[in-house]
Amino acid sequence: MSARKPDTLGGRAAIVGIGATEFSKDSGRSELKLAVEAVQAALDDAGLAPADVDGLVTFTMDTSPEITVAQACGIGDLTFFSRVHYGGGAACATVQQAALAVATGVAEVVVCYRAFNERSGRRFGSGVEHREPSAEGAALGWSLPFGLLTPASWVAMAAQRYLYAYGLKPEVFGHVAVTDRRHAATNPAAYFHGKPITLAEHAASRWIVEPLRLLDCCQETDGGQAIVVTSVERARDLPRPPAVITAAAQGAGRGQEQMTSFYRDDLTGLPEMGVVAGQLWRASGLTPADIDVAILYDHFTPFVLMQLEEFGFCGRGEAAGFVAGDALPLNTHGGQLGEAYLHGMNGIAEAVRQIRGSSVNQVPGAARALVTAGTGVPTSGLLLGADGCHARVSAVSGRRGAPSLVI
Amino acid sequence: MTRDDLDVDPDELYGRLKAYEGRTAASGGTGRDPVNEPMIRHWCEAMGDTNPAYPAVAPPTMLQAWTMGGLAGHPGGSARSEAYDELLALLDDVGCTSVVATDCEQEYPRPLRPGDRVTFDAVIESVSPRKTTRLGTGYFVTTRMNVRAGDGELVGTHRFRILKYAPARPKNAPKPEPAPKPGLTADPARRPRPVINRDNAGFWEGVARHQLLIQRCLDCATPRFPWLPGCGACGSLRWEAFEASGTGTVFSYVVMHHPPFPAFDPPYAVALIELAEGVRMVSGITGVPYDKVRIGMPVELEFLRVDEELELPVFRGAEA
Ligand SMILES: [Zn+2]
Repeated sequence: MSARKPDTLGGRAAIVGIGATEFSKDSGRSELKLAVEAVQAALDDAGLAPADVDGLVTFTMDTSPEITVAQACGIGDLTFFSRVHYGGGAACATVQQAALAVATGVAEVVVCYRAFNERSGRRFGSGVEHREPSAEGAALGWSLPFGLLTPASWVAMAAQRYLYAYGLKPEVFGHVAVTDRRHAATNPAAYFHGKPITLAEHAASRWIVEPLRLLDCCQETDGGQAIVVTSVERARDLPRPPAVITAAAQGAGRGQEQMTSFYRDDLTGLPEMGVVAGQLWRASGLTPADIDVAILYDHFTPFVLMQLEEFGFCGRGEAAGFVAGDALPLNTHGGQLGEAYLHGMNGIAEAVRQIRGSSVNQVPGAARALVTAGTGVPTSGLLLGADGCHARVSAVSGRRGAPSLVI
Repeated sequence: MTRDDLDVDPDELYGRLKAYEGRTAASGGTGRDPVNEPMIRHWCEAMGDTNPAYPAVAPPTMLQAWTMGGLAGHPGGSARSEAYDELLALLDDVGCTSVVATDCEQEYPRPLRPGDRVTFDAVIESVSPRKTTRLGTGYFVTTRMNVRAGDGELVGTHRFRILKYAPARPKNAPKPEPAPKPGLTADPARRPRPVINRDNAGFWEGVARHQLLIQRCLDCATPRFPWLPGCGACGSLRWEAFEASGTGTVFSYVVMHHPPFPAFDPPYAVALIELAEGVRMVSGITGVPYDKVRIGMPVELEFLRVDEELELPVFRGAEA
């Protein structure tokens, strides 16, 4: 939707299939193979065949082109292929692109995918050439010579300001880590399955970049994840309960940079996620109280707190207490801190499982899920709903657990 | 940033090595001689190649020969880049002091003919994960040279792979002294260079004159930093640069602990400075220990000579 008026996308497309490879530290195979396996698994899950697919969407950062994935999967003619930029910020936007194509009839079945060997990092034949420095390179170049070199350090700069503004200590970030790891502990697919942590362990973990500790930082993963999107009508004929795309949005803020938006506002929030939040709420007519489960992008813990505030689940500076109070089921797969770092795509799959009722940490009766993409970068978000209660179309709406079945 | 295995040095090193992928390995190289019949004839005689197409065209496999400097080297000096030298130095520093060429691949988009003058540049295409071979443990570094002729038409690519490795110790040999830790080596890798392009070159020209230059919109007078061609407030492309007073305060800061980078010595603070003019910039802090930097601390501009070619604007803090 535009930032000013609601769109007509909601309720027209649904996620009908999810599929992933195992999440590992060394996949032992190519990124293309991972992508193909994920796409095929998602199609199997959807009860669709490769021949049904006419659209593919991925990240600009992905190394497996749409045409090559199609070729290797037995997918035929494509009428829609698209890529989204800005790293993990692309995750939910791939589904938005798919929904746009489906809603307008540009394509009928679109698969979104992301696969990489992020951990083992075997990137054969990568041949990016640096010539005249690009604007992207120059933006980063203001930080590197001074030794501000890592994603953790870029997040830490805003995290420090957040703590200062609200009179908090770095230990408050531990609530996010503990929540994620608690969920991962009961998720057999999670890397940290069976390994919960305590607040004390968080507080005792070593500094990476003050005020961020080791347990504030996500892991790195080898793996792939794919998501199948088609029309709601077609979804009703498929085996799984559809996760209807209630709303989808992208957002970039004024003065936006990639991870180094240091030069705007007060550094205590994520304005780009505010752009996403405003659209999702307006397009759906929903409010934070309607959300049964939230899957919020968590490469670093402080940005989970800021997201909760941008979406209005709690007031500014209150998110750590909100997480500690367990008021909202959050990152029930274990998040990227606990399950796997798949650039947010595994979070979309978890939201789908919650709507289907098949999560390992199922929220009883979950009918509306919020899922977000990469933070600190131009980003995106989705509201997913069970069929029949995807948006607030009447005044009737229950708090979580009681989906209103009005169409 | 990984969360698991953070203490494993190979991963950290590999991250630093990977950062060289895509960087220039050589630039602005020119062939010492034009493609010529005598050299083609000598090559064919030495190779026993009687193909009648030669010497009207050059044997494709001569590609690299046209880029070589000969025994005396290239008259204008090597085209090899600082980035490539840094990468090799980094590998030297961790003990991968030996090198062996392992293989090459070439592609020939069009044949070279006598009279062609070649130019070439090269890019660092990939650095492999750590590998252990019979020779020892090290990293495969692949460079790709693009060879061009005439007005820049690509005539060949030459992919060249070396193994830069620490030789395996013969059995029963005494254990060598442990290698010095990265960051403590006698010849530490240099800091990342500023990324200078046509939109921000003026800033770095100012630094060279010991001036901290900020842009100001000529239409709405909004000051801006970082340097960009247009105004974020009104969109105007008209701007002037003016010299900042050099005073400011710490708006935020971090303390870098991990992973270590050879050019820096953790723990160290990096600050986001809010200048008196109202703009912010990332910079280093001098005069205050890393654990005494605080938000709101007043700071004063100074210039730090980092190495023979890098000078940076940094800020001296005044401890409360
Ligand atoms: Zn202006």
